[in-house]
Amino acid sequence: MTETAPDLSRLRGGAPPRNHDARTIAALTSNPGCARRGVMDAAAVDKDAVARALGFPAPFGQSQFAITRGNAFEAQIKADGCAELLALLRDRLGLTVPEVAYDDLESVAGNDARELRHSRTRRLVAQALESGDGTLFDHPLLRLEIAGHPAYLEPDVLAFQLAGRLHVIEIKSFAVVDGQAEPEQVAAAARQSAVYVLALRGLVAELGHDPARVSHDVFLVCPENFSNRPTATPLDVRPQLAVLERQLTRLVRVDDILAELPADLSFELGEELATSVRAVEARYAPDCMSGCEMALFCRDEARACGRTGALGRSVRDDLGGVDTIGTALALADGSLPPSDDLAETAEQLRTAARLRAEALGGALGGVA
Amino acid sequence: MSALSSLARVQAAAAGIAQPLATVRHCHLADAPLVLVPLKLAGEAAAPLAVMVGSGPGDPTLLAVPQPRNRDLRFAFAASLATIVLKHVETSRGAVEELPPGKDGDERIRYGDAPQLLVPNRGGVAFLRLMGRSTRFRSTEGQYAVDPAVPVLGRWLTWFADRFDHPGSSLLGAMTELLRLHWTTGQSSLEDGNLAALVGWIDPPDGLDGPSAAARAEDPVLCPPAGPTTDPTFDNEVLAPAIASYDRSGGDPRAEERLRAVLADQLTPTWELMWRAVGLLRELPEGASVPKRWERDRDAFTHYHQTFGEAYPQARRDAPVRAARRLHDLERAQDAYDAQRAFDDPLVMAEYRLGGQAFGGTVTDADPARLDETGKRPKLRPLLRVATQDPVRLDEGTTVCNAARPGLKGKIVEIGDGTVLLELTGGMGRKLTPEPGAVPEVGDRVCFTSLTEGSFGVAKFPDREDTPWTHGGPPGEYVPTAEDAEEAWS
Repeated sequence: MTETAPDLSRLRGGAPPRNHDARTIAALTSNPGCARRGVMDAAAVDKDAVARALGFPAPFGQSQFAITRGNAFEAQIKADGCAELLALLRDRLGLTVPEVAYDDLESVAGNDARELRHSRTRRLVAQALESGDGTLFDHPLLRLEIAGHPAYLEPDVLAFQLAGRLHVIEIKSFAVVDGQAEPEQVAAAARQSAVYVLALRGLVAELGHDPARVSHDVFLVCPENFSNRPTATPLDVRPQLAVLERQLTRLVRVDDILAELPADLSFELGEELATSVRAVEARYAPDCMSGCEMALFCRDEARACGRTGALGRSVRDDLGGVDTIGTALALADGSLPPSDDLAETAEQLRTAARLRAEALGGALGGVA
Repeated sequence: MSALSSLARVQAAAAGIAQPLATVRHCHLADAPLVLVPLKLAGEAAAPLAVMVGSGPGDPTLLAVPQPRNRDLRFAFAASLATIVLKHVETSRGAVEELPPGKDGDERIRYGDAPQLLVPNRGGVAFLRLMGRSTRFRSTEGQYAVDPAVPVLGRWLTWFADRFDHPGSSLLGAMTELLRLHWTTGQSSLEDGNLAALVGWIDPPDGLDGPSAAARAEDPVLCPPAGPTTDPTFDNEVLAPAIASYDRSGGDPRAEERLRAVLADQLTPTWELMWRAVGLLRELPEGASVPKRWERDRDAFTHYHQTFGEAYPQARRDAPVRAARRLHDLERAQDAYDAQRAFDDPLVMAEYRLGGQAFGGTVTDADPARLDETGKRPKLRPLLRVATQDPVRLDEGTTVCNAARPGLKGKIVEIGDGTVLLELTGGMGRKLTPEPGAVPEVGDRVCFTSLTEGSFGVAKFPDREDTPWTHGGPPGEYVPTAEDAEEAWS
C-alpha cells in the first residue's frame, strides 16, 4: 500500500472498501478524465450507497428472471468439473484438450479473505506455469493496479491453460443466434475479459514468466440460439487491451487530485455528503448512465449548470467544445463576442441559427 | 448529428420543449397501422411475455404467456399473434393496380396498399426479428408440430424486420426513431430512447414542461418502460409472484386473469403513448416524396406476398450474392432517401447549406434569354447571379439543381464574395426561349444544390449459380431439416 492509503480509508468514512470487478474497471476506462469517479473508485467508496443517500439511487436493478437464467446457465456449464465446457472446447473449437485439473479458488479452506485467496491463486498459477499442465481455475482472485492503487478482481470466470498458454473463459447468458449476438453485449464482454487478461498477465509477469503466455484470445461461452445449449466463440480482445492499457496509464493520478482536495474530505453518509461529493469535479456524459452509480446525481448537476456535455459528447463536439448551453446560444445569436479560439465555432453557430430560422420561417410562408 | 441539429438540441434544452427538425412528415402513416407493444421475459433471447396489439386506440388486444418458460404456452401465444398479424397483412392489400408488362412480357401488378406495423422502439424491432427467427423454421407436422400459422408469422415478421433496415421504408416503424426524425429534445439521444420521455418533450401534458415530463417518464412506477424489457422492480415484486401463483394454481383462469391484469397495467401507458405519437406525426403535412417511397414498399410487399407460397423461409445467413445485392440496395435506398428528404424539406436542406453542398439566397441578376452560340447550334444558357451568405463549398464547374424544382439544372461558373454565378443548362423547355416561370427572376429566393437523387446506379450481380470462388462458390440449395423444426426454444 502506498502512503495515501490512510487518506483513502478516510474518504470512505470508515465504511468497508467495495471490491472492484471487471465491470467497474472496464467502465472506468470509458471516462478516465472524471476526477470524482477516479477518487471514489480508488478509495473503493460504496458509490451505490452514496448515490442512494444523495437521493439519486442508481437504476441498476436486475430482474430475478435474468439472474436465475444466468446462474442456471453458469451452473450447467461448470457442473461436474466443467464437463460440458471441456466437451464444448473439444468439439466446437477442435482443441485437443487433454485431461484437465479443476481448481475452485472461491475460498481457501472455508476462508474467503482476499489476501489469502490471492496468494492461493498466485501459488496455483505459478505451479501451472511451471508444469504447463492443463488446468482450469474457477473464481481466481486477481489484482490490478488502478490509478496507483491495487484493486482486487473477483472474476466470475475461468482461467484455462492449454499447451502452456492461459486463456480466459467468460460465461455470459445472452444468446448467440446464428453466430450473432447483440453488439453492445459482446463489446461489454470483450472489455471485461480484457481486464482479466491484463490482470492475469500482471500476475504471470510477477511470477517471472512471459506475460504473453496469457492469450489475447478469450473464449466467450453463451447459450446458442433459443436453447440452453452452450456455444463457444473465440474473441480477440487485443483492441480492448490496447485501450485499457492506455486509459489506465492515463487515468488521472489519484494522489494529484487528493492533494488539491480539502484535507478533511470524507464521503461518509450524512449531511455533509452532497457538499463533499460536489467538491470533487465530475465530467458527466450520457455514457456514464450505463456504468457509474453516481450518474443520475452527476446528470442532475450537469443539467443544473447547463452543460452541453449532458446532451451527449457528439453535441458538445458539434458545438466546437463550448461547455455551456448559455454560451452556445449567446454565440449563435451574436450577443456574445467570441474569443479568438471560438471565432470559427461562433461563425458556424450563427450560420446554423440563421439557416434554421430561415427554413422554419420559410416553411410557414410556403417558400422553399 | 451536425452543428445544426446540435444547435436545435441546445435550443430545446433552453426552451424546455422539443424543437422541429423537419417541416414535413418524412414517413408514410397508414390510416389504421397495426400497433404492437411487446414485452419479453428478462434474461431470455426472445421469450414472449405479452403484447398489446391493435389498429385503433380504443381497440387493444392483450396476448399474454402466463408461464413464459412453458413451450406450449409460447407457441399458443405465437399462434394467437399470427392470427392478428396475418389478418392485418391480408386486409391491407387494397385494390390491385395493373402495371405495364415487364421486359420479358411478365404480368406485373402492384397492391394499392400495404400493411404497416408500429412498435415503440428499436428494441421492439429486435424482438420481432428474433420472434420471427424463432418461429419461421418450425414444422407444422411431426413430434413438435406447431399451428400452421406460426411459421407463416415467422416469415412475415422476418420480412418486416428486414424492411426496417431499408432506409425510407415505412412498413415497420420504431416510434422513437420516427419521432426523432422530426423533433429534437433537450436531452441526450440515450434518454430519447425512452418513448415516454420523448413524447413528454414534444407534447408535454398540461402544467408540465419538457424536462419535468421527461423526469416523470423516468419513474418506472408512473411510466412503465415501453419494452420489450420490463422494469426489474416490476419483475421482482409483481410479475414473479403473479407467475408463481399461476403455477401453484395449476392453470386456474382466475390466476391467469390476475397476471393479465398486471401485464395490462404495464402495457396500457405505452399503448396510449403510441397513439398520441401517431397523432403528433399525423399533424405534420406529408413530404412530397413519401408516396413515391411508399410505392416502393408496396412493390416489395406485392412481390413477397405473391411469391410467398413458392419460397422457403428466409435463410439464417444470406448467401454471398444475396448479401451483396442487399447491401447495394440499402446503400442506394439511403442515398435516395437522404436526397429526397432534403428536396422535400427546407429544414433538412439547411443541413446541406451549412455543409456547403447547397446555397440559398436572392437572385440579383438574371439574363434569361442568353444563348450559347459557340457550338453548331445555339443553346439556351441563361445566366443567374445569386447573392448568398451561405458557406459555399462547391467547385466551379459543378452541376447543381434547384431545390424547389430539381428539373432545373445549372453549372457553377464563378463563386466569389457572397455571390454565385450560374449558367442554367436544362429544365427550361425545348425552345430557345425559356418556358414562362422556368428561370427565376431578380428578387426571387432560390436554393441550389449539388445533391442529386438517383446518383447511385443499379449494379449487376452474378446469378446465384455463378457465385465466384472468392465468395465460396455457388451455395448449396436450402433443404429444410428436422433439426430446424425441432430447435429447442427454452
